Amino acid sequence: MAYSDKVLDHYTNPRNVGTLDKNSAEVGTGLVGAPECGDVMRLQIKVNPTTQVIEEAKFKTFGCGSAIASSSLATEWIRGKKVDEALAIKNTDIVKELALPPVKIHCSVLAEDAIRAAIGDWKKKQETLKPAEQVQTA
Amino acid sequence: MSKHTETATENGLKDHFGDHPGDHPGVKLPIYMDNHATTPMDPRVLEAMLPYFTNRFGNAASRNHQFGWEAEQAVEHAREQIAKLIGATAKEIIFTSGATESNNLAIKGVAEMYREKGNHIITAATEHKAVLDTCKRLEKTGCRVTYLPVGADGLINMDDLRRAMDEKTILVSIMTANNEIGVLQPVDEIGALCKEKGILFHTDAVQAVGKVPVDVNKSNISLLSLSGHKLYGPKGIGALYVRRKNPRVQLQAQIDGGGHERGMRSGTLNVTGIVGLGKACEIARETMAEESKQLSYLRDKLKDKLLANLDEVHVNGTMEEGKHLPGNLNISFVYVEGESLLMGINEIAVSSGSACTSATLEPSYVLKALGLGDDVAHSSIRFGIGRFNTEAEVDYVADKMIDVVKKLRELSPLYEMVKEGIDLTKIQWQAESH
Repeated sequence: MAYSDKVLDHYTNPRNVGTLDKNSAEVGTGLVGAPECGDVMRLQIKVNPTTQVIEEAKFKTFGCGSAIASSSLATEWIRGKKVDEALAIKNTDIVKELALPPVKIHCSVLAEDAIRAAIGDWKKKQETLKPAEQVQTA
Repeated sequence: MSKHTETATENGLKDHFGDHPGDHPGVKLPIYMDNHATTPMDPRVLEAMLPYFTNRFGNAASRNHQFGWEAEQAVEHAREQIAKLIGATAKEIIFTSGATESNNLAIKGVAEMYREKGNHIITAATEHKAVLDTCKRLEKTGCRVTYLPVGADGLINMDDLRRAMDEKTILVSIMTANNEIGVLQPVDEIGALCKEKGILFHTDAVQAVGKVPVDVNKSNISLLSLSGHKLYGPKGIGALYVRRKNPRVQLQAQIDGGGHERGMRSGTLNVTGIVGLGKACEIARETMAEESKQLSYLRDKLKDKLLANLDEVHVNGTMEEGKHLPGNLNISFVYVEGESLLMGINEIAVSSGSACTSATLEPSYVLKALGLGDDVAHSSIRFGIGRFNTEAEVDYVADKMIDVVKKLRELSPLYEMVKEGIDLTKIQWQAESH
C-alpha cells in the first residue's frame, strides 16, 4: 500500500511523542481504541487554567502508520489552541491533510475521539477540582 | 555501480536491486525474505525452460510429428524429476495450474468419486484457504467436514484425528508444512492411521516439497499437492500426486475436455511450466540436505538475535527439531502493530500476521487457531528465508527489526502501560464510536 508523503513524514518523525502526568489537574488524558482492533491511541493535553490554551500535547499510539500519523498530526494541531477550538477539529480535516485512503478513515476517527476524550477528561477534572483551585488561587 | 541492468540468468536475482545500506556492506536493498509467498526462480530453471518457449514449442498431445514428440518427451522427463523428489512413480503425477487447483481436484475429486462410500472429510483449522474453502463448498453439497483444532504448537492431536473418524469418513486432508508458522504436521502418523482405517489421505505439501524430505510411500500419502513457484520454479504450474496402487485412488475430474492427464485434468499442457517445475524438483533433490542446514542456521541466527535484543517477543509454532520448516520464522513483537512494523522495514519484504488492507482488521486465522489473541496476532511477522538469502541480509534484517521495534515501542502506549505494571486485560477499552 502506498502511503502519502505526509503520513510517511509523521511516521518517520512523529511529533510530540511522550507522556504527561495523568494525575496533574492541568492534564487531560484520552485513551481510545482497543488492542484487539489493532489501534490504541493515548492523547494527553496540558491546559493553562487561566487562558484555557492547550500548552502541551503528547501522544503514544499502537497502530498502523496512518494511526500514528493521525495522532501525531492531532497533537500538532491542538497545541496552542484553546480547548473549545480544539474540539472543532473534525476527522475529515485529518483525512484531507494526510490524504488517507477510505480503509484508513477509522484512524482519523480515532484521533478525533482521542482529542475529545482528552478534553473530556480535563473538563471533568476541572469540575471536581474547581472549589479547591479557587481556594488555592484566592 | 553500473546503471544498466544485466541479464537475470547470469547475475542471479540481485542485479536490479538498489542502494547499499551503510553499515552492512554487501547488502543490497530491498531484501526479499517472503519465500513462503513465492520464491524467485532459480536461473537454472529459467535456462531449462527457455527452449520450450521458442524452438520446442510443440503441443505435448500432438502424436504425429516431431514437435509434439519433443514436447511430450520433456513433459515425461519432468514427471520423472517430480516423482523422484517425493518417492512416487511418474505415472502418478498429474499436472495442474498450481496447488490451489491441485487441492480442489484432490478434495472435490474424492468427494464426488467416493460419494457412495461416505461423505465425511477431516481437515484442520490451520489449512490453507484453498483447502478450507473447498471443504466449505462441499459442505453445501451434503458433505460433513470436521475441522480439527491445533495445539499452541500448531500441530493436530492424533487422538483428535482418531476420534473424528467414522464409517463415513472418506478423506483426511492435512497439510505437510504450514505456510504461516512453518510447523510440520505428523504426516507419517496420519498416513499410517488413515491406511489402518481405509481412509484416503491428502496432504497439501506446497511449502514442504523441496524443503524437507517428503516420501509418499513412507507417509502412506494418497494424494499430494505441490506447486512450482514455492520451490524456485515458475508460477502457474503445479502437480497433484495421485496414488496408483495400495490402494489406487480415483478422482472425478473437475475440468472436462480433451482427456489429458489420464482424464483427470483436461487442458493443453503448460510445457514450459512443466519443464521448469521438473528442473526445480531436480535441483531441490540435489541441494535439499545442504540447503536445509544453511536455512536452519540462518533462521536460528535471526531468531536468536531478535530474542536476545528484544523483550516481549514470542515465537509462534513449535521450533522443535524436525517439526519446523528450515527457513520459516513467525514471531510476535507484542505491543507493536504489524502494519506499522512493516512500514518501518519497508525495504525488507516479509509478511504480517494481519490483513490490514481490508476495511476490517482481520488477524491471521492460523495464529488465532494457536490461541493467540487478536492483539498479538496483529503484532506478528512471518520471515521466509530462502535459497538466495545471504547471512549479511539476515544480519541486516535482524538489526533493522530490533531498531524499528524499539522505536515503535517508544510510541506504544501499551508497552508503556505494561512496563508500569498495568494489566491490559483489566482495562475497559473503548473502540471508535463511528
